[in-house]
Amino acid sequence: MWKTIIRRLLLMIPQILILSILIFIIADFMPGDPFTGLIDPNLDPAQLEAMRESYGLNDPLPVKYVRWMTNAFQGDFGRSFNYQQPVTAVIAGRLGNTVRLSLLSVILTYAVGLPLGIVAGRYNESVVDKTILVYNFVSFAVPIFVLALLMVWIFGYNLNWFPARGSVSISATTPWEIWKSQMYHVLLPAITTAMLGTTSIIQYLRSEIIDAKVSDYVKTARSKGVPIQKVYTRHIFRNASLPIASGFGFTIVSLFTGSIFIEQIFTYRGMGYLFLQSINTRDYSVIFVLVLFYGFLALIGTLLSDLILMAVDPRIRID
Amino acid sequence: MATNQDAGAVVLSDKAVSAPPMGLKVIVREFMRDRLALASLVLLIVILVTVFVWSFIVDQATVQQVSLWDSYLPPMAYSIDPLREGTRFILGTDSAGRDIFGLLLIGARNSLLLGWSVTMVTSSIGIVIGILAAYYAGMVDNIIMRIIDFIMILPQLMIIIIFVTIVPNYNIVTFAGILILFNWHGQARFIRGRALTVGRLDFISASKTMGTPSLVIMLREMMPNISSLIIVNLTLNFAGSIGLETGLSYLGFGLPTGTPSLGTLVSYATNPDILENKAWVWLPASTLILVLVLCINYVGRALQRSADAKQRLG
Repeated sequence: MWKTIIRRLLLMIPQILILSILIFIIADFMPGDPFTGLIDPNLDPAQLEAMRESYGLNDPLPVKYVRWMTNAFQGDFGRSFNYQQPVTAVIAGRLGNTVRLSLLSVILTYAVGLPLGIVAGRYNESVVDKTILVYNFVSFAVPIFVLALLMVWIFGYNLNWFPARGSVSISATTPWEIWKSQMYHVLLPAITTAMLGTTSIIQYLRSEIIDAKVSDYVKTARSKGVPIQKVYTRHIFRNASLPIASGFGFTIVSLFTGSIFIEQIFTYRGMGYLFLQSINTRDYSVIFVLVLFYGFLALIGTLLSDLILMAVDPRIRID
Repeated sequence: MATNQDAGAVVLSDKAVSAPPMGLKVIVREFMRDRLALASLVLLIVILVTVFVWSFIVDQATVQQVSLWDSYLPPMAYSIDPLREGTRFILGTDSAGRDIFGLLLIGARNSLLLGWSVTMVTSSIGIVIGILAAYYAGMVDNIIMRIIDFIMILPQLMIIIIFVTIVPNYNIVTFAGILILFNWHGQARFIRGRALTVGRLDFISASKTMGTPSLVIMLREMMPNISSLIIVNLTLNFAGSIGLETGLSYLGFGLPTGTPSLGTLVSYATNPDILENKAWVWLPASTLILVLVLCINYVGRALQRSADAKQRLG
């Protein structure tokens, strides 16, 4: 187990390197540099040029890349010229909001998806199953930004059940009030994300349960007198949850990346919103680190999925 | 007498069983069995015909005509502009006094055309690369799969947005190119998976032993066996492309300004005042996207069922 994890982690290094080189090259096509953050109207252009030279910004691309990597290993990811702050500080300021949104979305996704999948599979072809299938079909097809807009229009503006904008209310002062306000603001975006996240869970769980119902081990369990409820919870669910467990890593990552639309529509100040802002203000040092971060996240998600699959199914050995 | 009739019936049903329904017949039967799929198909055709016929008849310049008098007229209102007296706007107007209904049809045409072209190109690339990988296997397959694995870890939406912002002389063709660049891998992966199973079948090995050229095996023997999957995938991919394009246009990184898309109309909703109080500007476009995507997907599902005998309803 540990050997596999270490080997997989080592294999991730070249992938991260290729990703960073690729994005570094793309970033070089963009106007401006990580150094633009220090530009000051009182600064003489010649002096700026000298500073650029002394910081090595006129160096060839490979030299710049190696220097950036060396700094990155020491925790220095460059400066944001829009915020006049280190990139790490800018991202850290938004990380909390995105993590809160993603975490709640994951919890809601599984809290809704698992029961619906089990019910649909157990009572397949029933009215309940057909209703769940309709929901599943719609949530598979509908584009996330259309759903999010409708949600914010109906529940945010027309019914006033939830705050329609922002991630925290300004009037909140005490830590408890701030926390309450944050949870209140995150609820509607999280519900919207979760509504679209359940699709694959329900679909896999349902078809796995339908297949398992007629399998030999279920017949054996029933004929030796195991109560039907126990057959479902102990025998069928364990086997049927395998593909769900293996998809867990991917689910988390896709929730993180799906947040660009959600955060834009709910003006929720997380990392997706930061990305769009940085694109509009041409804040390339932030964009570069964000893309790297998401790529890294995707790799971790793949690894996590494989590890979970190995843990829940002893027959599978991934090298 | 009765026994004779019974015997006749048996013979008849025997005949019916011995001739399995093929091709188009299966699809027609599937749609007749699933009324909702038939309704989706009809609705989809009605929308497509309306959009394309209308955009042929109507002059784009008249629709795009700006009149500040008519800014944000509610639906069914008459024009206030003395130059356009008597004009009635069924769905109201936008900030520049343009007819929402006209913009909706032009936007739908642009979104559908772009979605369709992107789908056709990504699917063609996917089919070629997928079948090549599955047929040659080994080294070729390994290299292709490593490239696809790498593209999969890229945060797709972010990379597309970055490319849209840095590409020089940005227009419809470059936008479509960017979408294709970061979308072909899903198709290739899917086709490869299916082609691998076909490639392992005995008749392919037999064909190879007989010395059939590789190109003939791939085109005439492997491809027909996955053709129904290709069609299904094309439909689902089409819905996905429309969703992606309108989403990007909504964010402001889609079709260039001057080429309205359904997403451009929805993007008016980024203004909270319009989102809350002037729903007629963005709601029709959102609804049309929703209806289009749901219909295309539902038709795709019905095609999927008719491609797999085990899932057929009819």
